[in-house]
Amino acid sequence: MQVFQMVLFLFLIVCAISVSFSKNLLNSIIIFMSYSLIMSIIWILLESPDLAITEAAVGAGITSILFFVTLKKIHAIVAIDEDKEDVMEKKGGTK
Amino acid sequence: MSRLLSEEEYRKTKAFQIRRWYRGEKDPYLGTVELKPQKPFAEDINTMKQRIHDEAILKRKIYDIEHNRKIQIFLKFYKFISILFVFTLIGILLYMVSYLPPVGNAANPDNNEVATKYIEDAMKDTGAVNIVTGMILDYRAFDTLGESNVLFIATCTVLILLRVDNNSKKEKEEANDRLYEPKNDIILQKVAFFLVPMIIIFGIYVILNGHLSPGGGFSGGAIIGSGLILYVNAFGFRKIERFFTQKTYKWICFVALLFYCLAKTYSFYCGAHHLETGIPLGTPGAILSSGLILPLNICVGMVVACTMYAFYAMFRKGGF
Repeated sequence: MQVFQMVLFLFLIVCAISVSFSKNLLNSIIIFMSYSLIMSIIWILLESPDLAITEAAVGAGITSILFFVTLKKIHAIVAIDEDKEDVMEKKGGTK
Repeated sequence: MSRLLSEEEYRKTKAFQIRRWYRGEKDPYLGTVELKPQKPFAEDINTMKQRIHDEAILKRKIYDIEHNRKIQIFLKFYKFISILFVFTLIGILLYMVSYLPPVGNAANPDNNEVATKYIEDAMKDTGAVNIVTGMILDYRAFDTLGESNVLFIATCTVLILLRVDNNSKKEKEEANDRLYEPKNDIILQKVAFFLVPMIIIFGIYVILNGHLSPGGGFSGGAIIGSGLILYVNAFGFRKIERFFTQKTYKWICFVALLFYCLAKTYSFYCGAHHLETGIPLGTPGAILSSGLILPLNICVGMVVACTMYAFYAMFRKGGF
């Protein structure tokens, strides 16, 4: 269990660093999501299941959904429409 | 009319003006206080040329980094100082962490009589098997009331910021929004058809069992909210508006917060030690036990679920 916990902590640190170094905003949100998920597992290992449920629902679920919607609002995620695929390629896909 | 003044003189008095304003015949502020429409700004050709010239010179001066020694020194200095600052901060924080007491030490300052009291007496005082819920909704219920109110106020603020009132604008926004969605995606709809009821039932289970098992109003509400968001994503706003509109949101939040306030006001006056509340605590472990905790959990859960969905709806199309 100790080794498992260590691996999780390592993941946590790697996620936290790679969020800030990721150039693509979409990628960084997904990494942030996985950070929350790992955090919720760690909460269970630290024997606080109340926090784990809340972290999984709010941190991994709703916060990242709100981030996605915000990115969409500021046109950071571009829709990939099949009719306009050539236009999207010019813009560089989901950047 | 038996007036002392004649009609002409009466028209000059303040009373007449106030009467006229009161009846709504004339607004004295209309047209005098408001800003007058301004002329569109037209620029002379000479000044425009001058401005473009100046801007070009200024740009050349600012962006000419290679020949500007000051900027180069500043950039190097900035990089050096920022790295130094970050490492100093990391060093200070790590140094302070080394002074913290070790985790789980019996002599730690957080291991005092408060925790002992909660662990020993919580089940007897509140009737909740889950001590955390007993603490949140009984000992510290006013904190939770504040949290629910903060969520409600946050929704109001987001409503002020993101609300789209204009109908034509709303349609445009919706059309723009539909662009990014998978239009009636069959996989998403089939998955949501099975998953959404499960998620919502699990959320209700977490709320109702808040005093027996891990969970409670906040987490259960968040789970239900994410279920609602998945439903909206799969089936669109038109389907969810059959049972969840702004009116529903308002009423649910209002009733839940009001009930919470009234219940806690009651136990504020009658809930202290050595006073009879009249609310039976029941047998610990039964679903209908622990007094007010179950209804309060339901209230918090409803407020949180509605708030989560409201945030999403507001971000998506500026309203419900």
